[in-house]
Amino acid sequence: MKREIPIVITLVAGLFMLLAWFVPHPTVKAAYEGLQNWAIVVVGFTYVLGVANLLRINTRQVSRKERDWPYKMVLIAGLLVTMVVGFSEGNHYTDVDSRFQWIYRTFYSPMTATMFSLLAFFIASAAFRAFRIRSVEALLLAIAAFILMIGRVPLGAAIHPAIPAAADWLMEIPQNAAKRGILIGAALGVMATGIRVILGLEKTYGGGDS
Amino acid sequence: MAAFLLTAVSIFAFPALASAFPLQAGDTPNDGGGSVDVSWTPPDHHPTSWILVRREQGGTFAPVATVDGTDSHYSDDTAQNGTAYEYQLVASPADPSLDSEVSGPAHASVNLFDWSKFNVLVVAGVFFALLFWYIRKSEGGTKWVFRKIPGLDAIEEAVGRATEMGKGVLYVPGVQEIDDIQTIASMILLGRVARIAAKYETALNVPTNSPGVYTVAEEVVKSAYADVGRSDVYKSDQVRYVTSEQFAYVAAVNGMMLRERPAANLLLGAFFAESLLLAETGHAVGAIQIAGTANVHQMPFFVVACDYTLIGEEYFAASALLSNDARLLGSLKATDSVKILMIAIIVLGSILATFGQTWLGDFFSTQ
Repeated sequence: MKREIPIVITLVAGLFMLLAWFVPHPTVKAAYEGLQNWAIVVVGFTYVLGVANLLRINTRQVSRKERDWPYKMVLIAGLLVTMVVGFSEGNHYTDVDSRFQWIYRTFYSPMTATMFSLLAFFIASAAFRAFRIRSVEALLLAIAAFILMIGRVPLGAAIHPAIPAAADWLMEIPQNAAKRGILIGAALGVMATGIRVILGLEKTYGGGDS
Repeated sequence: MAAFLLTAVSIFAFPALASAFPLQAGDTPNDGGGSVDVSWTPPDHHPTSWILVRREQGGTFAPVATVDGTDSHYSDDTAQNGTAYEYQLVASPADPSLDSEVSGPAHASVNLFDWSKFNVLVVAGVFFALLFWYIRKSEGGTKWVFRKIPGLDAIEEAVGRATEMGKGVLYVPGVQEIDDIQTIASMILLGRVARIAAKYETALNVPTNSPGVYTVAEEVVKSAYADVGRSDVYKSDQVRYVTSEQFAYVAAVNGMMLRERPAANLLLGAFFAESLLLAETGHAVGAIQIAGTANVHQMPFFVVACDYTLIGEEYFAASALLSNDARLLGSLKATDSVKILMIAIIVLGSILATFGQTWLGDFFSTQ
């Protein structure tokens, strides 16, 4: 029963959501939106489980003084301080001069920006490997990338007007064709996966044996 | 305001006077009711704006909206279902010689089917029919042959390699919520990976960036260990919730890679800007990396930084191919058949369009 009930709920809800997409009747639409709101509420409750898991794992590591335990302590302190400050400010936590926003601007925002900016270095190292010419395909990739990069900056047009035009052609014709082919295949895969889950052919997602 | 009052006076003083051009009104198609579409061909000589007025049959006109003089369409979303309305466009500033005719009576009604989605229903119907047909054939014993996907074969090798090296496997299920189909597909694959890891007694770590994904992933992994009779090996901190913030999650997962140095990284799910940050760090620590996503813009990053990449449909086919279940393989055959059908339709549509026949393309248009 532990496995059958979720499958029945998935089947009923999945088929309803599928059919409701084709039916504009207000009653059906209201039920459709109601189910989506339920999902939001369920996700809200999972945050309690998530935070409990985070605290359980990290407090245990701190109490046992496992490897890198000071970092875990920083994590727990950050979580608790941010939560306490946020709750203490009630509905004003989004105000520009709130303490919560100060924490956000002073700690969170610069750290996020730092992580994101690392992407520039990672792109450089990945591009170095990608453009090493080891095969005919890699040669074609390198030529296309060269045309595209130079065609997207003023230098390309200064050298020859055909370069930006070639870059546009690469993006609009071969790139679009490949992308659409992948998207059509992926869309069919989405449909197949969706129907496998709805019909209960695929049960692994619910913690069951397929 | 003065112009509006002047126009309103003219409405009541000279209803439908000097009608110059026709006005069509009818139920808005494919909606849930409460709306009437009004359309007209703007005359060459038109005012700055029109005031659309409405009356119930036999009643008096009242303004509904002001539209631009060059507009040709308006949807009146304030209509009551079943009530017959007549509409008229009144020129603003007032000039009765420019006013439209009074439209015929029209009423809003509830539609039970959205016919603009009929083409989607046809394709979905064909797909489902083929799906059930192939599943039945599979259940009847028909065997299908599929091309080998190196990335799938590599999953078991990667876990085996981790076992030999005495290291762990890191499974990253993307950064989307559990309602995303890519995340659901990732959970299905996680079940298969967890079974292999349980069998080999290899440490499997699953950091998640959504508490919804965490709860499902924990259940999937726990059940997989139980299914192969290795519940004793399962540890409660294998699956953990880290954070829902994108780059904080990247920082945490990259930290795990650098500290724990897993032998295999499986990046399977929906990824965005973090894809290369994760894959390059994994490459730097020397892990064998298998990625899979349907996000087209992240595929090049994975192709460059990972050893194997499951592209688009391969990613969704992976669980069926790994399971070797006849019914799941039947569903793959249906996908392939629809793909061939779609290629044929695209080729036929292109040929027809070349000769000026666009009806096939129009039928499959979704806008």
